[in-house]
Amino acid sequence: MKIITEMGEYAMLMFQAFKKPDKGKVFRRQLMMDFQDLGTNSIGIVAIISIFTGAIIAMQTAYNMDSPLLSQKLIGFSTRQMMILEFSPTIISLILAGKVGSSIASEIGTMRVTEQIDALKVMGINPANYLILPKITASIIYNPILIVFSMFLGIGGGWLACIVTGIVPSSAYIEGIQAWYEPFTLVYALIKTLVFAFIISSVSGFKGYTVSGGSVEVGRNSTQAVVYSSILIIIFDLILTQLLLV
Amino acid sequence: MIEVKNISKSFGGQQVLKNISMDFLKGKTNLIIGQSGSGKTVLMKCCIGLFDVDEGQIKFDERNFTNLNEKKKKLIRKEMGVLFQGGALFDSFNVEENVMFPLNMFTKMSLEEKRERVNDVLVNVNLPNAHKKLPSELSGGMIKRVAIARAISLRPNYLFCDEPNSGLDPKTAELIDELISNLTEKFNMTTVVNTHDMNSVLQIGQKISYLYKGNLWWEGSKEEIMKTDNAELNDFVFSTELTRRLK
Repeated sequence: MKIITEMGEYAMLMFQAFKKPDKGKVFRRQLMMDFQDLGTNSIGIVAIISIFTGAIIAMQTAYNMDSPLLSQKLIGFSTRQMMILEFSPTIISLILAGKVGSSIASEIGTMRVTEQIDALKVMGINPANYLILPKITASIIYNPILIVFSMFLGIGGGWLACIVTGIVPSSAYIEGIQAWYEPFTLVYALIKTLVFAFIISSVSGFKGYTVSGGSVEVGRNSTQAVVYSSILIIIFDLILTQLLLV
Repeated sequence: MIEVKNISKSFGGQQVLKNISMDFLKGKTNLIIGQSGSGKTVLMKCCIGLFDVDEGQIKFDERNFTNLNEKKKKLIRKEMGVLFQGGALFDSFNVEENVMFPLNMFTKMSLEEKRERVNDVLVNVNLPNAHKKLPSELSGGMIKRVAIARAISLRPNYLFCDEPNSGLDPKTAELIDELISNLTEKFNMTTVVNTHDMNSVLQIGQKISYLYKGNLWWEGSKEEIMKTDNAELNDFVFSTELTRRLK
């Protein structure tokens, strides 16, 4: 019963959030700040995790392909496919759900318990639209950029691992990452990214907005925002894969 | 003037406000007093539209606020300034940005005009040099003053203050009281102050309404409160040794 109530509240909040902003200039300013907070500030963690994971994928693939009958270019091919199909769109989104999701929920939740949201409302401003819409917009625009960036860095990380460890010649790896390329895999990855970006920002915004109480509830709702976002990401990953790939 | 007519409000079967009627006068500092849990904050939140009333009407200069849709309520809200208990300043904005925020949202003033208005209201609250400070760098009294500056930046007709003195030392509390009283006179606002600070009652209370267990129990001026024989009000107002001696 509680989950149905929450889904109804979520739908009503999104209805409020997706209204025309009161002032375009103020919305653009908020959007720029959210690009910085939710996007640019995540570049570092995305870069580090992508490079190392790309390198690890290449090394583990090489370790598991010791048959001389298998072409060495399969290592580059596997690294590219794993980065594009799953690691960058899904795992990076899960990481962003932790980093960005908790940040959104705690920021909005703190505004709720310190009456800043009430202050917006009595000024005649739609708080959901003012606070949540820029975050959803920023995530939907910026996350695909982060994910494509992650793909390049991950594939590059695999190449660096090949050079440093000598598990496979650089030329074979490069040949592998160019082999059997299906452009639709990138489209699939970007569709997933857009859906996940919406889930992270809207669910976290909702959990922050509906905090009632004090600091303990802010922490609790921030944790719930991460947990709910992560579960929804995995469920929608399965649904989208079934719909688009299988 | 704000007219409150027969309003009732319940939460989960518990009636918090019981058929309350009162007027808040223009150009005066109207005080709502009462013990914790008497319904003061609920009454104020009903007046500013954060809670919907179950029954009754709230009229702002003959305009029935309770019957309006959100779009029309918004127009009246633009005439309100609200000072929340904790100030409710936006943490990511500095003082100037906080005070300028309503001007950015609701006016077509040029940046120059907005800066002039911000300077003017900050001078009014005795904070002429705090423009670039963040809320985290301000003391409790300064936060309240910046919140008052933001509340009056649009030159409101109605000013609501929820516990303006809570958490302040007596000297700063007195300054905030004086500030609210002076601004009310200067801008001819209808000011409603929600308090249980007896110093405020005796200093700025031009019209005092006492709430007791969700009922309007007594109304009068600060002079009348000294002579009242209302047992519950006497018990509340003169609860300390100091106030009993004063009486």
